[in-house]
Amino acid sequence: MNPVFQGIITIVVGVTGCIAYFYLSNLILDRVLFPARGPHAGRNINRANLWRPWLFMFPAIFALSLYLAYPVFETLRLSLTQRVPGGGYEWVGLSNYIRMGQDAKFWEAIINNMLWLLIVPAASTAFGLIAAQLTDRIRWGGLAKSLIFMPMAISFVGAAVIWKLVYDARPIELEQIGILNAVYLGLGGAEPQTWLTIPFWNNIFLMIVLIWIQTGFAMVILSAALRGIPEETVEAAIVDGANGWQIFFKIQVPQIRSTILVVWTTITIIVLKIFDIVFAMTNGQWGTQVLANYMYDKLFVARDWGMGSASAMVIMLLVLPILVWNVRNARREMR
Amino acid sequence: MDNIAGRKSSLTWAVNASVVVLVVLWLLPTVGLFVSSFRTGDQIATSGWWKALFPSEQNLTLRAAGPEAQVEENGLYVIEGTFFEEGATPEISTWGTSSRDIGIYEPGDTGEFRDGSTITLSADGSYRMESAEPFEGSRGPRVFVTAQTPPELTLENYRNLLFDPNNVDGMSRAFLSTLTVTIPATVIPILVAAFAAYALAWMDFKGRALLIACVVGLLVVPLQLALIPLLKLHLAIGIGKGYLGVWLAHTGFGLPMAIYLLRNYMAGLPRDIIENARVDGATEYQIFIRIILPLSFPALASFAIFQFLWTWNDLLVAKVFLIDATGQTTVMTAKIVELMGTRGGNWEILATAAFVSISVPLLVFFLMQKYLVRGLLAGSVK
Repeated sequence: MNPVFQGIITIVVGVTGCIAYFYLSNLILDRVLFPARGPHAGRNINRANLWRPWLFMFPAIFALSLYLAYPVFETLRLSLTQRVPGGGYEWVGLSNYIRMGQDAKFWEAIINNMLWLLIVPAASTAFGLIAAQLTDRIRWGGLAKSLIFMPMAISFVGAAVIWKLVYDARPIELEQIGILNAVYLGLGGAEPQTWLTIPFWNNIFLMIVLIWIQTGFAMVILSAALRGIPEETVEAAIVDGANGWQIFFKIQVPQIRSTILVVWTTITIIVLKIFDIVFAMTNGQWGTQVLANYMYDKLFVARDWGMGSASAMVIMLLVLPILVWNVRNARREMR
Repeated sequence: MDNIAGRKSSLTWAVNASVVVLVVLWLLPTVGLFVSSFRTGDQIATSGWWKALFPSEQNLTLRAAGPEAQVEENGLYVIEGTFFEEGATPEISTWGTSSRDIGIYEPGDTGEFRDGSTITLSADGSYRMESAEPFEGSRGPRVFVTAQTPPELTLENYRNLLFDPNNVDGMSRAFLSTLTVTIPATVIPILVAAFAAYALAWMDFKGRALLIACVVGLLVVPLQLALIPLLKLHLAIGIGKGYLGVWLAHTGFGLPMAIYLLRNYMAGLPRDIIENARVDGATEYQIFIRIILPLSFPALASFAIFQFLWTWNDLLVAKVFLIDATGQTTVMTAKIVELMGTRGGNWEILATAAFVSISVPLLVFFLMQKYLVRGLLAGSVK
């Protein structure tokens, strides 16, 4: 069957299935199980209303538990087991983690991930803040914003191709087609650099790709927060003789601190999961391994599900503090 | 700060200049790839894309017509022809007949080949070769030319990649695959999430707060954790690695965001409307379909855009849940990564393939930016 038709049929079946489920389940609840008439009409209405939320939520809860909650525990279990030749699994305790701890590539990934965590959220937020502050004051700010925001729509893979062309290097006797090398030679560089193979710095060059993508996100959110600051506070500071820097750092930034934190943590989560850019540009060679790509290597190249699951659990462990923080914030707001 | 007296004009100038720098920096990489996708492989390989918009000086090695074209005129053997096609207008500045001396002749000069035959070449590329002996051999002699070629952009790359059915690197099938993955994976979660969001926003029941906390928690669970368990599950229940598996996976992974966004939005709708409807005897189902859904359109649109961009741009989920040995179901992102491996140097293919895949999200982005921004603000700022 042509996959396009398959897709159309899926949409139709999925949508009508959803609607039919919600419609019929409500109908059964109101007419058959707890009809709002007869001697127990009042009690029935109350009971129906007790059940209804769960009818509404059942498909979502089912999908969430199956596709996100269950895998967390299953991955934990898998990380403590090992495939036995010939089928089946055996319990091996922490040995997957121990083997991982002895793998130099794993530590390389951890160290690189820490670098990513330090640099990317900080740089994206800083650039985003600068861009927000600047574009809010000029007439063509809206256009400038959407151009800086645009990389957000580009896939990591697309971005990888875009930046591979920027970083392209050719032998010195040929004309450079990568703009970075052209600029580098133009500024007096001795010979073209293969940027993606220079130890340590190649990590930075990969990070630039993500910073380029995430700055627009930070800018949009911070710009909205900056505009939400009550004008009186800024005016009062001007009256008191504060200069531009003081107004920015002592009046505006403190007032949007919680937004900055949200932007920072959001980008942190993205960084922890970063896979496509590294996979497409270096595939972890030349000392650029990161956790998500390490995990992919173990799972689908080395076919070592135990160690792959163990490295996935490490990512989960790193995400956990942010998860707890988010949940606590959400609960505080609900009260 | 704008009203600090006396500083405004100089500041405004500086601000404008810095924003220009910022925008150019952010735009340049994309523009580079975009321009490259309209150049031929030779052009990309011989000069930077930033030179594509200006005439460029190129060294070309051209081969004159072979002996089969010769005619005899008054005892001389003559070959006439032109190096450039009609309509193309490169201008030859210097030329030569040997690779060691490529610039010794001016246009209009007559040069000599080693076998004693002569050639007269004019600036527009037309030439006349003369020889006392008949021309021999199977190929014509080489001429080395330095020419000013005008900027030349072509749609050939796109034609090859999209409309040539015999091209193994073609993107048309991958484009359809991506579309097939994306649309159901965008539509299905919206409905499922909308009902749940309504229950979480407007129905009172025990455990509501806990459920919302769970959704917030699941929001950040890395989908890397889900790969192996779900792959095992899909293989065990017979879904295997196909479209159905990807649709389900994307639906599951998109739900927390969908529920969170929609619940926040619905919780902000005016209480009066809903309570009036309840008093008037509307059932919850009717309230949801007739009142809540239409009112929530902006939030639904925001999420739809997010989910669309996310599924269109995704690589990992497609690579894990949608594998087919024949390559029939390869999505564009996976195809591009494949091309980066096999066609790493062929920038005309890579650039065009990347732009085919980028163009749709960019279109959605520029058309629906309002909803995208709104969704971002609702989804992260509290």
